[in-house]
Amino acid sequence: MTDFLLLAFVFLIAGVVAVPIATRLGLGSVLGYLIAGIVISPLLAGLGVDVIAIQHFAEFGVVMMLFLVGLELEPKMLWSMRNRLLGLGGLQVVGTTALVMVIGLAFGLYWTIALAVGLVLALSSTAIVLQTLGEKGLMKTEGGQSSFSVLLFQDIAVIPMLAFIPLLAMPELMDLGGEAALHAPDAHTEASGHAGDHSGAHGAHGAEDPHGDSHGASLSLVEGLPAWAAGLVTIGAVGAVILGGIYLTRPLFRFIAMAGLRELFVAAALMFVIGIALLMTLVGLSPALGTFLAGVVLANSEYRHELESNVDPFRGLLLGLFFITVGAGIDFDLLFGQFGTIIALTLGLILLKTGVLLALTMLFGIKGQDRWLFGLGLAQAGEFGFVLLSFTVANQVIPPALADQLLLVVALSMLLTPALFILFEKGIAPRFVASQERDADDIEEAGEVIIAGHGRFGGVVNRMLRAAGHATTVLDYSAGHLDMLRSFGFKVFYGDATRPDLLHAAGIEKARLLIVAIDGKEQINALVHYVRSNFPHVKIIARAVDRQHVYDLFAMGCDEIIRETFDSSVRTGRSAFELLGMHPFDAELVSRKFAEDDRYILKEMALVHDPKIPTSENQAYIEKSRTLMAEREAQIFGKSKAFDLDTDRGWRPPSEQDVQSITRDHEAS
Amino acid sequence: MSRIIVYFAHPGQKFSRANLAMAKAAQRLADVTFVDLYAEYPRHDIDVEKEQARLLAHDIIVFQFPLYWYSTPSLVKEWQDLVLQHGFAYGHGGDRLAGKTLLVATTAGGSEEAYTPEGYQHFPLRRFLTPLEQTARLCKMTFAPPVVLYSALKAHEDREIAAHAAAYAGLLSALRAGAAALPEDTGETVLTTADLETLLPALQKAHPDD
Repeated sequence: MTDFLLLAFVFLIAGVVAVPIATRLGLGSVLGYLIAGIVISPLLAGLGVDVIAIQHFAEFGVVMMLFLVGLELEPKMLWSMRNRLLGLGGLQVVGTTALVMVIGLAFGLYWTIALAVGLVLALSSTAIVLQTLGEKGLMKTEGGQSSFSVLLFQDIAVIPMLAFIPLLAMPELMDLGGEAALHAPDAHTEASGHAGDHSGAHGAHGAEDPHGDSHGASLSLVEGLPAWAAGLVTIGAVGAVILGGIYLTRPLFRFIAMAGLRELFVAAALMFVIGIALLMTLVGLSPALGTFLAGVVLANSEYRHELESNVDPFRGLLLGLFFITVGAGIDFDLLFGQFGTIIALTLGLILLKTGVLLALTMLFGIKGQDRWLFGLGLAQAGEFGFVLLSFTVANQVIPPALADQLLLVVALSMLLTPALFILFEKGIAPRFVASQERDADDIEEAGEVIIAGHGRFGGVVNRMLRAAGHATTVLDYSAGHLDMLRSFGFKVFYGDATRPDLLHAAGIEKARLLIVAIDGKEQINALVHYVRSNFPHVKIIARAVDRQHVYDLFAMGCDEIIRETFDSSVRTGRSAFELLGMHPFDAELVSRKFAEDDRYILKEMALVHDPKIPTSENQAYIEKSRTLMAEREAQIFGKSKAFDLDTDRGWRPPSEQDVQSITRDHEAS
Repeated sequence: MSRIIVYFAHPGQKFSRANLAMAKAAQRLADVTFVDLYAEYPRHDIDVEKEQARLLAHDIIVFQFPLYWYSTPSLVKEWQDLVLQHGFAYGHGGDRLAGKTLLVATTAGGSEEAYTPEGYQHFPLRRFLTPLEQTARLCKMTFAPPVVLYSALKAHEDREIAAHAAAYAGLLSALRAGAAALPEDTGETVLTTADLETLLPALQKAHPDD
């Protein structure tokens, strides 16, 4: 008991301390967990903890993650991804495997070993990549979607690989090389340990494995059946998941919901995911694939969000644990023993995988920053690499000494992934915002109004202005977007609005008005600052991302500052009032009053805000916000009739006193 | 049988007693179209086509509102400005409202005596309704004697408010059933609670089945 508590405490404290620091530094949670793992690894070694066993347990987080990903993906969307899934994913796996194999052969590996190494290294880390993409909000981008397609294909490809690898077994190769022999007994026991543990989470190979003796403990529904029967059972299991997902979940969840106990729903969600994983394992399929399918089936279900919120914390914790174990599992003795070799292998692997991925982007027309997101994001080897490695060792495909080196390479490449994402974010993405893929258009027609950014926001503004007969010049740097708009006959031009030469070409000197509808605080500020200081006659309407941004724009002398979401929030509040029974006209007046008051506060705060002094040190700002908050205390805590005094002014009838007073005055005259 | 539409206009309904009681009584009547103008157009964005269609679909147009500064609440003025278009309500080809009846039902804070040459309002209340009266005339509509509740603010008048609301609803109900026509307008007439009450038993006697 104490051991368990101590272990849990060590893991939790490592995560709780390291992750916020890493996120604060902009490194992302994954790197935080990995570093936490490295830091506690001596401690774990001291306690004699089997990190690998914990890692296999934590890999269940990947299964949960794929379930959640499935929930976000409607069947229709999955179907529309099919080309990408097979094309991108298939070519990535085949291409990377082939290249690794060729290099392996060049280094003098026997072909079966080289091929197995290729398969191991072709896979990327679903856990790290999806976690990071989600965290950085890149999941919906083209690069994110392409990465997801490849990862999904890889997860599926693991199954045939597990079936195929035993065919490469060359027991006689295992004794080659003194070094390998030296490490062999030790590594062997550990490796077969892996494989055994694995049958829990990734037990697929247990079923496919002809050397079943090392997995004697694992159950299987298909073992010993003829191929056709096994096939039928497998198809039946997948069918059961899909049909069960469609027809059984609703009544089941309704039944559980009747009990009205939240924890019961959590239990049901876990039971559901674990059950599917178990079933898939029993028939020799990937549990990740099974839960993913179940997720897709439930994507339209009304219980989707409930499932999501119940499973998500477990996914987060397990993945965190998984990343920690990756960090803790790094064998520093081996690393420092063969430092040059391992580092060279790792960097070589990343370069090679990036190369293959970038080549694919050309083939599939993935452009701009998405191309680099895809290329760098998937450049690591992944957790399935660990699985395959232990499996290959157990099947005598790869010699243990080489496997140990590869384990380290896989772990290091995973460790470096967050760094690649940071490289993408800080080094590459900004350049695509600032520069462009194709040359900026020549602008022949200069409008009196320049609209920078033609997304959902700028697009509406443009439509309004055009409808009123104004000549607008639209600048946007999303090429796909522009081509579509052009096809509708809009006058839109490709280019980065923050570049002075493009602004000049768009006729900023003659423009009356600039509307800033681009994303990104920094870009908005740069544009406003440039135009304000060089063309003072141009009126500027800018969109503010948040309150702080309003202050910045105010300080720069923006003419109109529109808060991105304020108006829609106020409208939502107004609709809420109406649905709660307030008279629509009162709702209108109260929300107008609220907006007016909020703008007043904003303006008061903007006047004392100084961009050069951090808010926490700006005494005037703090004073002001205290006063304003004190005035509105009652309103904030919902105790007052906050707006009555002002909104009712005109409509409150005169009192009896007023009438008497009028009569008196009349009589006196 | 007359098709009746009641346009109720009151921007401060939470302070209203007399008008709200009247509105609620009118709202309860079956086959009488009831429109809360401030609820339908809280942002004064009047749908002209919809309103014109409503006018065409009814015979008696009732405007019920508190008297604000000797006139209607502003939304009623906006409604008139937009809905009573030339070519529709008046002017060349504008005879679509001809033959319909305009009935005003209003409440005044001042007493009946206040609306006399000696009182502080100086003019009779009818004088302040002249623009509406002339509007009806220009649109070839009949202007009915307006229903008026004086001293509408006095708190002790709760019973009177209830009586007035009942009488008002009774009038609408009788008109809807075609039980009787409104009295002829002399240009001076207003219908107070008492006037309505004397009018209503006669109406009910003529049509006991109503």
